[in-house]
Amino acid sequence: MMAEYQTTTTATDPPKKKGSGWSFNWVGRIGLAIMLFWGLVALAGPWLAPHPPGEIVDWDYFSPVSGEFWLGTDYLGRDIFSRILMGARYTVGIALAAVTLACTLGVILGMIAAVAGGWFDMILSRLLDAFNGIPSLLFGLVVVAAVGSSIPVLILTLTAIYMPGSYRFARALAVNVNTMDFVTVARARGESTRYLILQEIFPNILGPVLADLGLRFVFIVLVLSGLSFLGLGVQPPNADWGALVRENIEGLSLGAPAVIFPSIAIASLTISVNMFIDNLPTKIRDRSE
Amino acid sequence: MTDPLVTVEKLRIGATTDSGRKVEIIKGVDFEIAPGEIVSLIGESGSGKTTIALSLMGHTRPGCEIEGGTIRIGASEMTALSNRGRAALRGTEVSYVPQSAAAAFNPSKRIMDQVIEIAAIHDLMPRAEAEKKAVELFRALALPEADSIGQRYPHQVSGGQLQRLSAAMALIGDPKLVIFDEPTTALDVTTQIEVLRAFKSVMRAGGISGVYVSHDLAVVAQIADRIIVLKGGEIQEVGGAEQILHAPRNAYTKQLLAAFEPVPHQPQAQPAQSAKPKPVLEVFDLCAGYGTIRNGEPTAKILKDVSFKIERGRNLGVIGESGSGKSTLARAVAGILPAYRGGVMVDGMEMKPDLKDRSKAELRRMQMVFQLADTALNPAHSIGAILARPLTFYEGLRGKAREARVTELLDMVHLPTSLRHRLPGELSGGQKQRVNLARALAASPELILCDEITSALDTVVAAAILELLKELQSELGLSYMFISHDLSTVEAICDDVLVMYKGEVVEALPAATMSSKATHPYSRLLISSVPQLDTGWLAGLEQDPELVAQFANR
Amino acid sequence: MPQSLLPWFLVIQRLGIALLTLIIVSFAVFFATELLPGDVAEILLGQAATPEAVAGLRSAMGLDEPAFSRFIGWLVGLAGGDLGTSYVNNTEVVDLLSGRLSNSLRLAGVTTLVSVPVALSLGIGAAMWRGSLFDRVVTVLTISVISVPEFMVATLAVLIFAVWLDWLPALSYGVDTSSLGAMLKAYAMPVITLSFVISAQMIRMTRAAVIETINTPYVEMALLKGASRKRMVLVHALPNALGPIANAVALSLSYLVGGVIIVETIFNYPGVAKLMVDAVSTRDLPLIQSCAMIFCVSYLLLITLADLIAILSNPRLRR
Repeated sequence: MMAEYQTTTTATDPPKKKGSGWSFNWVGRIGLAIMLFWGLVALAGPWLAPHPPGEIVDWDYFSPVSGEFWLGTDYLGRDIFSRILMGARYTVGIALAAVTLACTLGVILGMIAAVAGGWFDMILSRLLDAFNGIPSLLFGLVVVAAVGSSIPVLILTLTAIYMPGSYRFARALAVNVNTMDFVTVARARGESTRYLILQEIFPNILGPVLADLGLRFVFIVLVLSGLSFLGLGVQPPNADWGALVRENIEGLSLGAPAVIFPSIAIASLTISVNMFIDNLPTKIRDRSE
Repeated sequence: MTDPLVTVEKLRIGATTDSGRKVEIIKGVDFEIAPGEIVSLIGESGSGKTTIALSLMGHTRPGCEIEGGTIRIGASEMTALSNRGRAALRGTEVSYVPQSAAAAFNPSKRIMDQVIEIAAIHDLMPRAEAEKKAVELFRALALPEADSIGQRYPHQVSGGQLQRLSAAMALIGDPKLVIFDEPTTALDVTTQIEVLRAFKSVMRAGGISGVYVSHDLAVVAQIADRIIVLKGGEIQEVGGAEQILHAPRNAYTKQLLAAFEPVPHQPQAQPAQSAKPKPVLEVFDLCAGYGTIRNGEPTAKILKDVSFKIERGRNLGVIGESGSGKSTLARAVAGILPAYRGGVMVDGMEMKPDLKDRSKAELRRMQMVFQLADTALNPAHSIGAILARPLTFYEGLRGKAREARVTELLDMVHLPTSLRHRLPGELSGGQKQRVNLARALAASPELILCDEITSALDTVVAAAILELLKELQSELGLSYMFISHDLSTVEAICDDVLVMYKGEVVEALPAATMSSKATHPYSRLLISSVPQLDTGWLAGLEQDPELVAQFANR
Repeated sequence: MPQSLLPWFLVIQRLGIALLTLIIVSFAVFFATELLPGDVAEILLGQAATPEAVAGLRSAMGLDEPAFSRFIGWLVGLAGGDLGTSYVNNTEVVDLLSGRLSNSLRLAGVTTLVSVPVALSLGIGAAMWRGSLFDRVVTVLTISVISVPEFMVATLAVLIFAVWLDWLPALSYGVDTSSLGAMLKAYAMPVITLSFVISAQMIRMTRAAVIETINTPYVEMALLKGASRKRMVLVHALPNALGPIANAVALSLSYLVGGVIIVETIFNYPGVAKLMVDAVSTRDLPLIQSCAMIFCVSYLLLITLADLIAILSNPRLRR
């Protein structure tokens, strides 16, 4: 039995240090490095760009990779490298804002529903379940088409799409923790619901919730790129990576770098987040699947 | 002397921990088993008894690995075989009876298909023949409706029956060796007897060798020819059952046996008070249950009109088998599960049924300690923080004063102060249960509700916890309500006993005379079913079959 | 025997919940579309319209009535198969929808036939040989596909099959579908794209569900009976993973009806999703509402079906 040899180790060895069991493998580290890289680019993009991202700097369009234009130029002759650095700000920034909002709201509501139970839980769960039935991209399209696209609208729409899933996930975790004896002990002590949620439940669902936040971030990046690809996301003259692909889709048959590199940027971000989460230390990940 | 059936030499098994370190969990073990002999592996959790038993099948749990030594069974050397070769021996030469048959039966397949699966896997006999043989085994194992029980699904038969069915599953391929992995630990005592008897008779009739893994010496005494005492992956002592029980040589074996000796409980001297003290807890006509509430009554009613009193400084034991409602009683008294009728009085003051409606001062007087020490401690908080919270919550203590009190509490339960900065996951089971007690003491309660607090612990550790409870009682003048399925534990600490059956109190009597004076038929059945440290106990035990049929959950 | 009725009771309960959810959803759909900015009558008549004309149109369309009574009227209509009349081109919504819906269903059907068997066998295989090279390759591939936006999968497919290899037409609609070969060619591009996208999710979830059941004591028991790895997975683990697998398949398939907007756009395929997006830009409320209801109904149908499979495959409920 697993527990059997675990107790042996604690009986025969000095107790483990807090840090052990938290290290993770090289795949996870590469993922983390790429994530951090894009995070830095999103912050410092404008200062790193070799050319002004909005200006036409080349007489040729769809020009190939060269010493001056590292990743070639787009359909108007703008520098793709600079535009990708600038686009990181929109893609990463909007997705991060939306995922933070969605998970914060979802986790708070989920924990309250798990602890309070009863009518509050039932009505909220049914309502959000029903909302889940609406295809996410389509919902985004309808909202954006109806009220027009702007960055706050995009953030709120993406939040609305991913909040129910986050709620469901956090609620399921919190329901499990809520049945544990230590919560019963706290309740029998006379602790308030607020204390139960913040002190007893939240620290014990934090790891899986963070892993879930990462996965949701990936989905948001994909939906945002999809919206931009359809022309309903970030509006010109600004462009996130999805919009860069849309602008330059004509170059596809020419094999222009202008359409390939933005796609690679999206894929590198989402794959690195997935790599990082899949290789998280088991201590964090154990309940995230 | 005939050749041994099983020879284990210098067996070493290693495990890789979560943090990637290698630990040796079996440190060079040698033993033999003769044909037809039943050998018991006994030890506490972590002693490696299950690991050794599984290695006899060439199997180790994920993360473990056989690192050295040889295991020979009959003509084959298990340790030298490939995976395919080992698989060919499983079920035909060696077979396995699991601890929890309920978990080991596939819920989505009929029992018969699973019992005869070994015959199908190894192509031993045609299906019809296998089914006929299975039914014969069902009869030999005294299973009811032997002809049709195989057609049911696992969830449709009782736990005791399932355990016997798993023995039939193990025996269908005529193995030479059967491994029993704590097969009666999860069962109630009244059920355990029948299962043990069935095991013993089929093993004797077939002349099959057995390895019986258990932590319970009294159970082992009934079935084993020889006993191997294990601790920390090493053999402490090997001997015949009689010798181990009556003339142990090893210090650890002596300690194990000592933990079994009933220590008679010395009642507390009643404080000489002029005024007649009110009982610390008085419960009358308490009814509680689960499910949706209709007309003020829940759909599943568990407790029915329970009444009792605990005088100050005295201890009450509540005994009963699973489903008797003893844990529900503790929850209803504590207000975790609000009672729908009846009342609870502490120090003569009536408590509201729901703990949400009770005041802090009322809650403080009565604290509860749970069975599973691991789940009762928040894994994210340090021991210091866990003990500090009730101090802040009830008394508003902070800073130095609080820290001093935490140290004092740890001292009371005999834990080192340095433990304050540890997380619960880094403590052993016994240490965790001590922290649970310390947390209850932090509220300075008058009554502690103990729900099976020693059941999940090893015998020696549990005995130490009982000692601690007694010590704390004489220091602090506490009272305990002690819930347990284990009669000897209750005898060791309680003044009075309630016997519960299906949510009702069937008998209330003093603990000291419990064995001799119980009159209710169920109490008598329960008391007579507790295994004794005597190899002839099971054989000599006679129980009224009608009584058994009426009360035992077989 | 009342006990044998328990699963049927659960089935009826589940259907009841689905119906209730449907009513809640229809309520939400109706009032959410009401909230869309812009007055329908003004949009229809253009900016030059006089206020009188707008008012006349409003009353002719019944927009003067209170929202709730219009909701009830709409619901009753829906139940009777009357989806209303399109505001924009004055045709029955049913007529507009029927062709598009059959297109969508055909695409979904072909994709299902291709992807479900492949995805399930890959997922189960990866779980059976967990940790092997096969498992690792499948895992890396599924993660890559999940991590990449759908338009990238689609454009890559176009690039490879239509531009470089010139095997298949890049657009699928309007090309000749008279012969079987031609039809296969016409559907190949969207089907390939969609199969990739939904298979990845199904493979991952199937693998996780099977691995979870492999780690149970009864599968270990099968090992200790001498069962082979194949037998352990196929005979013992799989039947108990049926519920979660059905759920994974249902979730993926529900995506095929409403979630395919990008594929419909790229391949110029006239399905329901595209119809709905067009309807939003023209404020065609009856059409938007009907499309939304189609998506929700298909989602509910599939999820409920998966629930029912989980209930009926669980012998514990057949007491």
